[in-house]
Amino acid sequence: MVPLSWYIILSAVVFSIGVIGFLTRRNLIMTFMSIELMLNSVNISFVAFSHYLQSMRGQIIVFFVIAVAAAETAIGLAIIIAYYKNNPTIKVDEINLLKG
Amino acid sequence: MPGTYIPSEYLPVAIIFLFAALIGLGALVAGLLVRPRRPYVQKLYPYESGNPPVGEPRYKFSVKFYIIAMLFVVFDVEAVFLYPWAVAYDKLGIFGFVEMMLFIFILLIGYIYVWKKGAFNWE
Amino acid sequence: MEMETTISLLDIRPLVPELTMICVGLIVILLDLIVRKKEVVAIVGIAGTLVALYGTYKLYGFYEPQSAFSGMFVLDGYSNFFKLIFYLNIILTICISFKYMAIEKASFGEYYALLMFATTGMMIMASAADLIVLYLGLELMALSTYILAGITRKRQRSNEAALKYFFLGAFSSAFLLYGISLTYGLTGTTNLREIASALQTLDLNGSPIMYLGLIFMIVAFGFKIALAPFHMWAPDVYEGAPTSITAFMSVGPKAAGFAVLGRVLFGAFAGMQVQWASILIPMAVLTMAVGSIIALAQTNIKRMLAYSSIAHAGYMLLGVITGTTGGLMSTVNYLAIYLFMNIGAFAIVIMLRREGFQGENIEDYMGLSKSHPLASALMLIFMFSLAGIPPTAGFIGKFYVFMEVIKAGYVYLAIIAVAFSAISAFFYLRVVMYIYMKDPKEEVVLTRSPSMSIALAVTAMMVLILGIFPSFLLNLVRYSILG
Repeated sequence: MVPLSWYIILSAVVFSIGVIGFLTRRNLIMTFMSIELMLNSVNISFVAFSHYLQSMRGQIIVFFVIAVAAAETAIGLAIIIAYYKNNPTIKVDEINLLKG
Repeated sequence: MPGTYIPSEYLPVAIIFLFAALIGLGALVAGLLVRPRRPYVQKLYPYESGNPPVGEPRYKFSVKFYIIAMLFVVFDVEAVFLYPWAVAYDKLGIFGFVEMMLFIFILLIGYIYVWKKGAFNWE
Repeated sequence: MEMETTISLLDIRPLVPELTMICVGLIVILLDLIVRKKEVVAIVGIAGTLVALYGTYKLYGFYEPQSAFSGMFVLDGYSNFFKLIFYLNIILTICISFKYMAIEKASFGEYYALLMFATTGMMIMASAADLIVLYLGLELMALSTYILAGITRKRQRSNEAALKYFFLGAFSSAFLLYGISLTYGLTGTTNLREIASALQTLDLNGSPIMYLGLIFMIVAFGFKIALAPFHMWAPDVYEGAPTSITAFMSVGPKAAGFAVLGRVLFGAFAGMQVQWASILIPMAVLTMAVGSIIALAQTNIKRMLAYSSIAHAGYMLLGVITGTTGGLMSTVNYLAIYLFMNIGAFAIVIMLRREGFQGENIEDYMGLSKSHPLASALMLIFMFSLAGIPPTAGFIGKFYVFMEVIKAGYVYLAIIAVAFSAISAFFYLRVVMYIYMKDPKEEVVLTRSPSMSIALAVTAMMVLILGIFPSFLLNLVRYSILG
């Protein structure tokens, strides 16, 4: 049996990679993938906790997270495409119409 | 605690990985040592079954593919809820059945909406 | 921890208002495919909301606590009061957006359906007694609002607003999930009541991991409420989104965020009040500072109102920080008042928009009183109320929050809040000064519609009535929270 802490460390590392990717990447699609990475790292920890606690709740949450992430992906892509139609760039630095 | 545990049952997997890497690297290194190096233009062309290469290797897909892909992702993943329902069907009984029919009905409304809006029209 | 439960059809009775909203939303989508006139669709939406409102009122009596789905979903006075805010929010939003969306050339039927789905998400959040339900409600609200922010899809600014809102919103919900997973791992449950008892029995109140999970959740709620330092998206999104949606999301998601913040902090983490207050106090001070000071430099009225809404979130947060029921009541009271004054102010902003004229610069208001005395008087009322000048409702809201803060012993917080409140009066009064004391630059034509007049009448009346007779609302809040 792999101990629980290994999974939690893995999850924390993957989550951090996602956060760093979100903050540093300058391409919308990469930013998007970083968010997916964060969500899936959370799924790892939910499943690990669920197994450790012998409780089904964690796995149920993972189901919901997967479904919501799919809807989020669809909406995110739709927003990116709508943006791209008016303004053909996916570089984050060039999205600067709105600022104070 | 990390450090105290050694995942010994994964040892065969690690050995397979090691061998796979060694064989691959070994073949590359052996080739590098043995083969003569005489590059010329035709040799450096990308290999496309003998045809001369045309255009960029990466090109833009029509945005229509994205729409279909998005719809596929949504409808495909919603099916994930059908599996646990099917497994627990006996326990949930008639209430679960009605609930699932409602769920599918809502998906159906989404489908009708997408259809009527013409998202499936290729032209 | 696992329970064998049989679910019966009776179990879904507390959900009737939410189900009504969803059904009517679906009907709106289908109706939109058949009916050409979008007014019909909008009226169906309003009618559906009124049915849901009746359901909330009638179902078990307003204050009677009920729960469904093995305690994952509760119906009590607290959630019902928030639902009242959400119903008023959507109805007023639909009223002010009739004509506006036609001018923006974006009168889609989906607009109304998405408003209803977003409202349903908020209602689920208000009723959530389990972190799973909370997450699902939050996502339903957020996903609908992302689309609404970008619904005028031919406008680049709207696209950009949707993009920024989406990315930062998705980022924050990942944080929420991480916080939930840590809480689940430590307590073995996601039910708020069981978390509270697990914190006691497992003695987790001082656990650093639990603290981390709590911080992650507060970060996520802070994004939704637009608390500094997680407010960066708000000015951009508020400016770029269609104005009616700006009005909608400056009230709805904020109220829903406070609903879950109150529920989670008071319901599950009441034992960790010292810890969460120590995070929230600097956040509240920073939020008030950012909102009040940066708003001074704005030339765009939507942007100015965005910073104003950030500052108001700071005042509301003070009530939560106290950790007392009285403090929570003052926050809820403030939210209800904020609904009227904020939507009223945005309604006037919308009236200035017409074909070929944005009307978003503060300078566009110069000399408005000469040509439109009534609209100017209404703007005066809303600006006075937002600034917290008596006898408007905004004063009452602030007064009760500050009083509860002092009662709980945070006198210095009250002093800071009053100071920032005085600073913020400056930029509200600047708008009033432009309206009444400057000469008009160009003729301003207001876009009128009957529904707009109704919305303005209701909001202005409520701002004045609640300012002069505050006890009605206060009593409603008290009964809702104390039962």
